[in-house]
Amino acid sequence: MVLARPEVAEAPAGDAGPRGRNPWRGKASPRGAAVRAALLALPVAFFTLFFAYPVLSIVGRGLRVGDSWHLGRIAEVAGRSDILGVLWFTLWQALASTLLTLLIALPGAYVLARLDFPGKQLLRAVVTVPFVLPTVVAGTAFLALLGRGGLLDALWGVRLDTTVWAILLAHVFFNYAVVVRTVGGLWAQLDPRQEEAARVLGAGRLTAWRRVTLPALAPAVAAAALMVFLFTFTSFGVVQILGGPAYSTLEVEIYRQTAQVLDLSTAAVLTLVQFAAVGAILAVHARTVRRRETALRLVDPSHTAHRPRGAAQRALLGSVLATVGLLIAAPLAVLVQRSFDGPGGYGLVYYRALQSAEASGGTFLVPPLQAVWNSLQYALAATAIALLVGSLAAAALALPRTASGKASAAGRVVRGFDALLMLPLGVSAVTVGFGFLITLDEPPLDLRTSWILVPLAQALVGVPFVVRTMLPVLRAVDARLREAAAVLGASPLRAWREVDLPLVRRALLVAAGFAFAVSLGEFGATVFIARPDNPTLPVAVARLLGRPGELNYGQAMALSTILMLVCAAALLLLDRLRPDRSAGEF
Amino acid sequence: MSTTKKIAVTALAAVLGASTLAACAGGSGDGSTGADGSGSRTVTLVSHDSFNASPDVLEEFTEETGYTVKVLKSGDAVEALNKEILTKGSPQGDVFFGVDNTTLSRALGNDLFIPYEAAGLERVPEAVRLDPGKHRVTPVDSGDICVNYDRTYFDDRGLAPPQTLDDLAEPAYRDLLVVENPERSSPGLGFLLGTAAAYGDDGWQDYWKKLRANGVKVVDSWEIAYNQEFSGSAGGRAAKGDRPLVVSYASSPPVEVLYAEPRPKTAPTGVSTGTCFRQVEAAGLLAGAGNEAGGKALLDFLISKRFQEDVPLTMFVNPVAEDAELPPLFTEFGEVIAEPRTMAPEKIAENRDQWIQSWSSLVLR
Amino acid sequence: MLVLEGATVRFGRRAALDAVDLEVADHELVCVLGPSGSGKSTLLRAVAGLQPLDGGRVLLGGADQAGVPVHRRGVGLMFQDHQLFPQRDVGGNVAFGLRMHGVPKGERRLRVEELLELVGLPGAARRAVGELSGGEQQRVALARALAPRPRLLMLDEPLGQLDRTLRERLVVELRAVFRRLGTTVLAVTHDQGEAFALADRVVVMRDGRVAQSGTPRDVWQRPASEFVARFLGFANVVPATVTGGTAATPWGGVPVPAGSPQGACRLLVRPSAVRIGPSCAGLPCVVESLTFRGHHVAVRLRPHGAPPLEAECGVGDAPEPGAEVGAVFAAGDVVVLRPGDGG
Repeated sequence: MVLARPEVAEAPAGDAGPRGRNPWRGKASPRGAAVRAALLALPVAFFTLFFAYPVLSIVGRGLRVGDSWHLGRIAEVAGRSDILGVLWFTLWQALASTLLTLLIALPGAYVLARLDFPGKQLLRAVVTVPFVLPTVVAGTAFLALLGRGGLLDALWGVRLDTTVWAILLAHVFFNYAVVVRTVGGLWAQLDPRQEEAARVLGAGRLTAWRRVTLPALAPAVAAAALMVFLFTFTSFGVVQILGGPAYSTLEVEIYRQTAQVLDLSTAAVLTLVQFAAVGAILAVHARTVRRRETALRLVDPSHTAHRPRGAAQRALLGSVLATVGLLIAAPLAVLVQRSFDGPGGYGLVYYRALQSAEASGGTFLVPPLQAVWNSLQYALAATAIALLVGSLAAAALALPRTASGKASAAGRVVRGFDALLMLPLGVSAVTVGFGFLITLDEPPLDLRTSWILVPLAQALVGVPFVVRTMLPVLRAVDARLREAAAVLGASPLRAWREVDLPLVRRALLVAAGFAFAVSLGEFGATVFIARPDNPTLPVAVARLLGRPGELNYGQAMALSTILMLVCAAALLLLDRLRPDRSAGEF
Repeated sequence: MSTTKKIAVTALAAVLGASTLAACAGGSGDGSTGADGSGSRTVTLVSHDSFNASPDVLEEFTEETGYTVKVLKSGDAVEALNKEILTKGSPQGDVFFGVDNTTLSRALGNDLFIPYEAAGLERVPEAVRLDPGKHRVTPVDSGDICVNYDRTYFDDRGLAPPQTLDDLAEPAYRDLLVVENPERSSPGLGFLLGTAAAYGDDGWQDYWKKLRANGVKVVDSWEIAYNQEFSGSAGGRAAKGDRPLVVSYASSPPVEVLYAEPRPKTAPTGVSTGTCFRQVEAAGLLAGAGNEAGGKALLDFLISKRFQEDVPLTMFVNPVAEDAELPPLFTEFGEVIAEPRTMAPEKIAENRDQWIQSWSSLVLR
Repeated sequence: MLVLEGATVRFGRRAALDAVDLEVADHELVCVLGPSGSGKSTLLRAVAGLQPLDGGRVLLGGADQAGVPVHRRGVGLMFQDHQLFPQRDVGGNVAFGLRMHGVPKGERRLRVEELLELVGLPGAARRAVGELSGGEQQRVALARALAPRPRLLMLDEPLGQLDRTLRERLVVELRAVFRRLGTTVLAVTHDQGEAFALADRVVVMRDGRVAQSGTPRDVWQRPASEFVARFLGFANVVPATVTGGTAATPWGGVPVPAGSPQGACRLLVRPSAVRIGPSCAGLPCVVESLTFRGHHVAVRLRPHGAPPLEAECGVGDAPEPGAEVGAVFAAGDVVVLRPGDGG
């Protein structure tokens, strides 16, 4: 869905033996298959009911005329020159954004992986804040960088706010963390002595990096690139806010055709096109992730980082800090600055106004600060759902594969489901939201007007995170530990509680933290679903920005700052809890 | 594991546990009483995100009729209407509020509403009754889309602010105006319709050519135009916006006053009264409503004096009932739009797509 | 070939190398021996240029290496855990250094074959490194390090991860290979057996300093300090006072070799110097335990009111645990250690 950008690269199977296989994982039995089915029941039901059924229904509605399918419509729409134009723009801007993001973020990945410096944890959290920030807020912030009187304008007289550069740079802003975390996560675990071995054999610094480190990193770079490509291919808010009237992506067009024009058949065709593209991206991604499990020698990341040595490394650190400062911290800082910059000079006027419904004039019906509480409630509910569904799915997927004969078929089904769980990331929130409207309208599932719909929709984006984080950890749990517990007298359930749970708990918390942060910033699902009048943070910000008046603008900035702080705090906490090695990258 | 980490872990675990409880509790508090079930004491109003009503006004409705109002916000006006069209026959609520001149034809064409003549309709002037005779919708408020100007900018330069559409094409106002894309923004569409109403079906293109030659800037949304480009707003000032003229609403200046601290003596912005296009916003009883009786009572209430007088300060629009008095804020800081332009819904429906298309090729390309 | 002059490396306040002086002559096999943390690996990294020096100099072939980058020093380094490149097959690993030195393709292939032959893995060029056993990996790492013909080959715990029998066999093979090729070798290890079997000269390190340097025989026979003695596995070290040909120890009088320095010292009594006899003769002890070590038996004795004593005897002569015996000392295997060097 639109605004969420989970990290999805699967962590390399750290200690799973050569070639990523763990010979000790144990054999599957018929009982294993039954257990797997039982575990999968809820995730499958959830996914079918709240994703597949609504999305297929809305697409079906668009492609049916009376009782017959109108498939000719596909060729008709896909052949239109304006649609081709949108498709072309979507494609090339996604490619350009991906390349630019890699170019700018790879040095950052190196610095965060290999250098030790004060404030590293904070930097890691700061670069991730945009990732979970709603685009309404980020768009405003970003205009402060690129627009008139913005930093670039002030420094060099460069204005990029109506050019395609605004879109590309904003994509870098949002996806910097994806590269830094995915690539940096692996980089930190690569043994630096591999490079040293090449040096001693006569390779220069650059040659050694190119010949030894780059090939080892390549799968992670590819995985990160594909995720960035996926997120920018389905970009919505950024293009709407920064693109101006001249630019439109497939996702924007789907939104327009669905919500504004109600041309469901065009929307359906576009959705199918996007489906195909996203499916292809995910398939390639799954392949690279699997390739990534080749026998890399991984070490404890805490041993690979060192203080910057020499002018080159200090210069690199400096330039990365400058880039982050300019591209990420500066726009965020502008929001903070504006939230304090009241009518009578700097102060807390806007923050005070947030607490009262009576804020000068008394037309705000609930105190905007209430939105913080609403958001927390929704995010917690969404996290709970995502955690439940995601860990059950991960547990099922982590079960040992069945014995050889049936293995390939069952394995394919499992892998297929694994990929399906990722699909919500690539499907427009408006498609899901409108799908809900026409499917969940009859008892017992008349949920359209229920509050639970919002967390359910948010959980759809949270589940891939949970699965990605839990799966590698679950797979890495050595079956011998369980056997040892059994020999010492523990029942299977007890063994799971005593052995697996403590190992998995941290990963569980990390998954929860990230699902939480993403839900908190989620905007798409929340606006496309009709809901009672209790706005979430991003919705309240959007509403405040939608009115004239100084206090409204200032309060929007103040609320955004609060949202940023909450997200950053969640991320910092998350980094502290980060499992040492084998958990997913986030 | 260090102590800090232990504490953090415990805290997060506790929060997560509590969340499920809180979420469940929240659910029962919300009352997921659907729109269905005859004789329900709840009436559900579906509207757009800008809908607002004072709680005490809605309480008064409950006291008078015994019905509790549940409000569902459903995206922007067009989106909200489209959702109702999509779920026709199985609506999310009983009453829909938020059709206007530009969207009415689509709503009526889809037979979205059950006719009902609200009690007290005689207090609403004929001119704003959108569906005269059939009463499928009940007018609730009217709003004027007008060019706003930055008072400081014009005062500082001793330049008179523009008053009419013609003025905007004058060299004196070159590179000063920012408008919204009518394809994607409702004030943008209103302004385009206003020019079509003023210069005729064949004349408005020439007017836009002149505007373009005079350096009009087009952005995608009201938020960008007003908070980013317009030099008269707080956001625009922070962003160093350099356009002192923006397409906004006639109510924007009083709202600027309302949300300023301390309250200024004059509004920081003004309205070019000769540039306005009037939109009437209406509500209707949804076909298939679970609580028809409640819906009818709600429609009656929407044009009651009590509700009508609440409208200016909650939604920043004008009441349609003749007996409703404007609050002092509006009389003091707002301007009277004597002769706004307007257009019949049928005509808009007929021409809109084609106009937008030719506007795009004229102004954007 | 290699000269270190006062080489110093500090990690924070700790000196990993503390003014180390060391020389390795052409074609010499030098093995640095020391416990973990003694600075052995840092020594190799400093020579290779992977670790900048905080003081002192490294000279290779007479030239100061300050400012010479790693890849231009012409040394080879075999890492402790081999660090084979997982993305390349065996041949690709061995050929890597040759490619870096611009050796033409045809020549490269011949040299790779030749080296794989040399290390006993003929025809393994196409195999994936992930499939190799520990011993095979070690051989590939050696071939890779030898391929560019480094003027100095450095080995970091070359046999550390292998099992005992394999290690004992490989160490002989390694020595033979280096002898045949005339390679100059600087190896580090914590395993004395490995060091003594491999090296022409052994350098014992402690806390970043050289504790002793000499031929394996020298070091073995005359440990320079209690530290070296204990590191070599000798437990019988006690304070003593030498007067003439006898040292007064907690075990009573122990004869010392003629010409030993007089006065207070630490005394090493090799197990082979302790003869076990009937309880009526010598120091009365109780036999605490026996450990069978192939050709001999290590006997742990507990004298009355004195530190435990380790003795050695033939398998057939071993007493029963718990037996009362008498210990008699022979002068030949007793060493007077340098005083003032506790351990």
